[in-house]
Amino acid sequence: MRVPATEISSLDVLLIEDSAGDVRLAREAFRASEKPIHLHVVGDGIEALSFLRHEGTHKNAPRPNLVLLDLNLPKMDGREFLAIVKSDASLNSIPMIILTASDAKEDVAYCYQHHANCFVRKPGQWTTFESVVKDMNKFWLFMVELP
Amino acid sequence: MDILLVEDSPGDIRLTVEAFRDANPAVHINVVRDGTEAMAYLRRHGKYVLAPRPDLILLDLNMPKMDGREVLALIKADESLKLIPTVILTTSAEEPDIMHSYRLHANCYLQKPVELQGFEHLVKSVNNFWLEQVRLPQQACGQ
Repeated sequence: MRVPATEISSLDVLLIEDSAGDVRLAREAFRASEKPIHLHVVGDGIEALSFLRHEGTHKNAPRPNLVLLDLNLPKMDGREFLAIVKSDASLNSIPMIILTASDAKEDVAYCYQHHANCFVRKPGQWTTFESVVKDMNKFWLFMVELP
Repeated sequence: MDILLVEDSPGDIRLTVEAFRDANPAVHINVVRDGTEAMAYLRRHGKYVLAPRPDLILLDLNMPKMDGREVLALIKADESLKLIPTVILTTSAEEPDIMHSYRLHANCYLQKPVELQGFEHLVKSVNNFWLEQVRLPQQACGQ
């Protein structure tokens, strides 16, 4: 049985981000959330796939309720990762939010073409980064019905 | 900003249109009442030959003729239409509906609140997030 989003005691969010600074800002923004969030962080697409597929050190990883994905990552970048996950029938229902510094229209089009759930641009200064994550939380964790 | 609202309930149409008028007067809402009309609109068939391409689609699931699930599947299988963010807005909070919609690549799933205030709050949130914070494909393409 599904528990309504508002009654879930804790949500698992997977952040795929290689910048230590952005990880820290995201952690702080999530910590301030009124909803208990378990934030998991991985730094590249290969490790993110292992997490979703419960492989290796991620054997006991939970299935995330939401994924935040940067596009420019080492090893396997966010574009490739997105395409793999959204064409995998067992993983494609997990909402994926692109959170990136890129504003290239090719990236925006590519991501929607490959079924990213939405594309949010990372702002430059950290104060606004915090507010972007906060607004994103407010919408995705409080308004949206997550699978 | 153009929104296509695919909704058969006159009450919900009125609520949505009025709530958007309050939240963001720059939004233009086009309404169609079933899935067949929605596809005709998006494909610019018949009387919809001059219909603008919506920036966002709000899609109810349970509708006459062609229901929202079928519309969603058609949108997300179309190379051009699949770029348009499609938000499910429905009374159902059934797990199979939620799961099925995300599998069909709905961009997000919202349950219609029962109370008027909740409805207004939801529309405001959709406006604040999808129209003000999210990078939409058409904006990026400069259309």
